Amino acid sequence: MSEAAAQGNQARLSSLLNSQEGIVLVLAVLAFVLFSLLLPSFFSPGNILALIRSVSILGILALGMALVVIARGIDVSMIATMVVSVSWAFVIARSGYSLEFALLVGALFAVSAGMLIGVLIAFGEVAPIFATLAAGSVIYGLGRTFFFTLEMQNVPPGAGWFSLIGQGRILGVPVTVVIFAMLCLALHLVLSRTWFGWQTYAMGNNPGAARITGISNRPMIVAQYAISALIAYGAGLVLASSASAINARLFNSTMIYDILLVVVLGGIGLNGGHGKVRNVILGTIFVGILLNGMTIMNIAYTIQNLVKGVVLLLAIVIDSLVNPRDEQTSQQGDL
Amino acid sequence: MRLLKTTKWLAAACIALAGIVTASAQDKGLENPRSTTFHKTLEGKKVVFLPLSMGFDLTEGWAAVMRQQAKRLKYDFEIRDPAWSTDAGTRALQSLISEKPDLIVAHNPDIQSYARLLAQAQAAGIKVVQINLESNTQTDSYVGADWTEIGEQAAQAVVDKCSPGKGASTKVAIDTGVPTAASDVFQLDGIYRVLNQHPDIQVVSQQATEYNPEKARSIMETVLQQHPDLCGAIGIWDNQDTGTASAIQQAGKGDQVFLVTSGGGNKVGCENVEKGLFNLYISYNVPQQGEILNAEIARLLLSDATAGEAKTLYFNPLTQITKANVNQRNCWTLDDLK
Repeated sequence: MSEAAAQGNQARLSSLLNSQEGIVLVLAVLAFVLFSLLLPSFFSPGNILALIRSVSILGILALGMALVVIARGIDVSMIATMVVSVSWAFVIARSGYSLEFALLVGALFAVSAGMLIGVLIAFGEVAPIFATLAAGSVIYGLGRTFFFTLEMQNVPPGAGWFSLIGQGRILGVPVTVVIFAMLCLALHLVLSRTWFGWQTYAMGNNPGAARITGISNRPMIVAQYAISALIAYGAGLVLASSASAINARLFNSTMIYDILLVVVLGGIGLNGGHGKVRNVILGTIFVGILLNGMTIMNIAYTIQNLVKGVVLLLAIVIDSLVNPRDEQTSQQGDL
Repeated sequence: MRLLKTTKWLAAACIALAGIVTASAQDKGLENPRSTTFHKTLEGKKVVFLPLSMGFDLTEGWAAVMRQQAKRLKYDFEIRDPAWSTDAGTRALQSLISEKPDLIVAHNPDIQSYARLLAQAQAAGIKVVQINLESNTQTDSYVGADWTEIGEQAAQAVVDKCSPGKGASTKVAIDTGVPTAASDVFQLDGIYRVLNQHPDIQVVSQQATEYNPEKARSIMETVLQQHPDLCGAIGIWDNQDTGTASAIQQAGKGDQVFLVTSGGGNKVGCENVEKGLFNLYISYNVPQQGEILNAEIARLLLSDATAGEAKTLYFNPLTQITKANVNQRNCWTLDDLK
């Protein structure tokens, strides 16, 4: 009896170490223990909250990306959608409209941008990586040309409630973290309990088979990109609220790769069809531990980038070892 | 006899006529040949501005001031916007070398990338003015802040607040931008020149924010967790330090942490001084830089010297803005300049 239990444990352990998720989990725990022992105030409630909070925005964006990636897509236009819709909303609010109205316009812009991208991919049959790469430049270009001149937009004055999103606390927990947690729960329910979620997995696993079994792939794709754009907008609002400003220059930064880092690191394969919200949480927290530890150790910028790059590379290598490419899973425009 | 009389009359008439002509010339003033040459020389010349990127307070400010002078003196003014991409900037510079405008105003992303190309441009006969961010090549002119001086002023202000016994501790954090930009390398040199004379001041963190306010915020939040008794912080740019400031405010340490930052003196930065987010704001005054830039452009276009023959530079004065002197004179909006 005890032998069987031991065998079961061993099997579970070896299956854990054979999955990318397991390896990252072990690495995360190792890093956490190491930092806790070596860095004086790493393991304090304040620092752990700061750690989660500092990556919450990344985590929120990664949730949107995860949804698209599970359905065998990729959305590299998220940052463009985020900065343009939020900056535009702020410009509208500063020109005399109420902030609520302005935020609504921003949300509509984000959703329609997402839907257009979805249409391009679903009906135009453009590979997602190219469609979103191009759409990102178009959205950013539109924004810079028509919606705002200055890249840096401060939060419009006179809206106290808005600053609560990024700066408030509920029972001592930053609202940013609460929002991330709620979105995790929502996406988890959608993916695991709804028809929409099941179809998303089916599309990711085998789009052809999904279509034959009667799933209307095209409207699904449009909906997925609309949701990821809306999530990007939400992340932008949290970001702007917590830093009191949004800088459209983020579009030129490496943030989109950080999102991919979180998704891939967490164990959501880029060839679609599998991955859960817990992968996003795992990836987010691992990146958070790394960034926080390196900041505390006061490691130089270039070395931090080097560490991030090496970790991403390792994660992709492990991803392709654990989820090998074959005829069934290979796709055009595959990353 | 008759002939003599006629000649006399004629002479008198001539004198009278000459008098009238002179009188009328005096009424309409004298032509200033220097003015004519000034305008004639400048008219139709071509000046190209190569910024880091358009769309932020500094470059939009300079461009507005430069555009006004170009319009007044009827020379061509163009902007090549590489949108933060050093690659695109390098390509723009290469194509400018073959296009041969009369003058390039270059804003360097770092001290190295454009250095050789700027020298090549001068060798091709194009005059080059660098604005606010220098490269390793000295060109016809540089107009802008002396980053070393900004670093010294910022460090001095922090030393004054955080010397032993004065503040909560002697701990100081530094938020830099991008490690290779002139604003970083020279400013850090200035900061450490002062700090090295005050060994009791401890630098507990020195992190790059990539000019991103959210990153600056999360770095400062982590630093405050590690060092709740932090006394001072030096930020490298006001645009990013709204994030640094909001981390300090959220930790409830607005009165404890003395935050110094620097920027072009835009109204937005000034508002943050008024709100108490920035304790000291060292301004390099964009409208003033624009005016000096204009003078340099005109001077170089008029000069007979070949490109790169005479090299000069001017570090414009800095203004220390605190709550006490936030006013119209020190702060500007883009609409004021247009």
